[in-house]
Amino acid sequence: MTPLLTVDNLRVTFPRAAGPSTPVDGVSFAIDRGERVALVGESGSGKSLTCLALLRLIPNPGVIAPGSSIRLDGTEVLSLEGEALRAIRGGRIGLVFQDPMTSLNPVLTVGYQVREAVTAHRNMSRAEARDRTIALLDEVGIPDPAERADAYPHQLSGGLRQRVMIAIALAGEPDLLVADEPTTALDVTIQAQILELLDRIRARRNMAVLLITHDLGVVAGRTDRVMVMYAGQIIETAPTARLFAAPAHPYTQALLQSMPRLTGPVGRLVSIGGSVPDPTAWPTGCRFHPRCDRRITPCAGEVPPWRAAGPGQEARCWLIEGVAP
Amino acid sequence: MSGPLLEVADLVKHFPQGHGLFRPGRTVHAVNGVSLTVAPKETLALVGESGSGKTTAGRAVLRLVEPDAGTVRFDGVDVLAADRRAMKALRRRMQIVFQDPYGSLDPRMTVGASVAEGIEIHRLAPKPEIRARVERLLGEVGLEPAAADKYPHQFSGGQRQRIGIARALGVDPAFVVLDEPVSALDVSVQAQVLNLLLDLQRDRGLSYLFIAHDLAVVRQVAHRIAVMYYGRIVEQGGRDEVLERPRHPYTRALLSAVPEPDPAAQRVRIVLPGDPPSPTSPPPGCPFASRCFHPARDGRCAAERPELRPVGPSLVACHHAESTWETPR
Repeated sequence: MTPLLTVDNLRVTFPRAAGPSTPVDGVSFAIDRGERVALVGESGSGKSLTCLALLRLIPNPGVIAPGSSIRLDGTEVLSLEGEALRAIRGGRIGLVFQDPMTSLNPVLTVGYQVREAVTAHRNMSRAEARDRTIALLDEVGIPDPAERADAYPHQLSGGLRQRVMIAIALAGEPDLLVADEPTTALDVTIQAQILELLDRIRARRNMAVLLITHDLGVVAGRTDRVMVMYAGQIIETAPTARLFAAPAHPYTQALLQSMPRLTGPVGRLVSIGGSVPDPTAWPTGCRFHPRCDRRITPCAGEVPPWRAAGPGQEARCWLIEGVAP
Repeated sequence: MSGPLLEVADLVKHFPQGHGLFRPGRTVHAVNGVSLTVAPKETLALVGESGSGKTTAGRAVLRLVEPDAGTVRFDGVDVLAADRRAMKALRRRMQIVFQDPYGSLDPRMTVGASVAEGIEIHRLAPKPEIRARVERLLGEVGLEPAAADKYPHQFSGGQRQRIGIARALGVDPAFVVLDEPVSALDVSVQAQVLNLLLDLQRDRGLSYLFIAHDLAVVRQVAHRIAVMYYGRIVEQGGRDEVLERPRHPYTRALLSAVPEPDPAAQRVRIVLPGDPPSPTSPPPGCPFASRCFHPARDGRCAAERPELRPVGPSLVACHHAESTWETPR
């Protein structure tokens, strides 16, 4: 069975006077139907641009470089135009952004905005569209949906606004929901509500979810597979339980160790020295080598190949001896 | 060492809102009777979600917003009664580091000028020695001396937060309000800044009021924890006591919502329904009653506001705090 989504050698470049920068540089992955995948990275890793590229929403003057490929059910998204592209955007691929306050239009009721998404991909009568809108608001757990449909975004709490965003993303009956930091702007107790809601909807609709986040804690127990991104590239991919139990890449290991936890030792944390490199000047060889305290001879000069590190687990690091896949 | 350095009692701050020509104004009850103490060299974490009043409480302590009622004593001095001159002297000893390292530095001032500002205002060093003092401060927070000649936009978020810390330390304070100092930072950088704050506390004997929403972060730095909900402290106690034996249902929910990087962790996830009540119309009873999952909750919760009272070694504002512990973990 072919995967639902296949991304192959995705590169995003931005022209600059001093030569182009490449904030996304050779990203490849696949997502199966109904699968829950996380793309984890710090700011500047290229994770959000990767997600925007899936919908061809790269901001000007950035471009998706020739040689990149994004196939949805075998159709090359990068060669679609007009109506066919619109059927993907908000149709087969739904998108939820981080900040519902800036993504919703403040002068339109939330019902209007959901209805707009409902009718964008399907012809239906006004009454049908109204019913469908209320059903969607109900599905995302908005109390009194018929009444709340007439509310403006500022009249709703942050959690309810994010539910409206999810309703809009679901309106086109997507096969894949891309959620870019969907809970980062929310309080922890509201974050828990939204993550639970996303998972319930995913199970009911058998929809695939690509969760983009900087927080490994959000990923644990809520995804099947994790891809870790650093400096424009995926550097490790593993089944979620495996990644937490036996992270293979020194960056993943350091990231997990630097997280403050509710259990274990208290006080000073393990920290990664330095900061995330700039896309205009990626380090040579392994891009993590300037910050890696275990670097060896080839790390600075040669790009590490993918190596199998465990069942379903691969990482790009010279330290990995290589386990038979 | 005798008694607390900072003593806050019954602090109240209300914000009038929505005064219209024909419409009576409403009042946002941001801080509603908060009492706390911070001892020398101690870190008290003030924990809560947005709208809980934790940030307003932190600012009211420094009179960055003027409290409506209550008392604040710092090292025996009545802060709220202090005149301009006395306040200036107090500000040298009480500093603040803000959450947003992008918004809290003047983009047109060099880093050196920003860090030197407090030293100049308080005349803590003769002019020719200021530069050396600034460079020493930058070194103390892990930046190069050359950083003094650069502008804030030339630094990453973590480096800017270090600059904000150097700026606060310039006047050699005894007490610092840290208002979500690491929440805008990436995880790997967050650890660097938390470690720096721990080192500075040890080396300089600082007291911190650490305002945060993330209990996992708080666990690394706090000696005691006060949990705020809806403008009030609902639980207060020693760090381990609050984290290991939470007695208020809200504290339990907050703990269970912390995303932990361990899929094997067998935890009962408590997902709270709904949102906190509107800040302009406080309910008569317990403000948490509308979202509470305590099996013993009853009519008393909706009718009568629970006061903060001793339960075991902690202080808890819940009518049923004694039995909270028996709910599944």
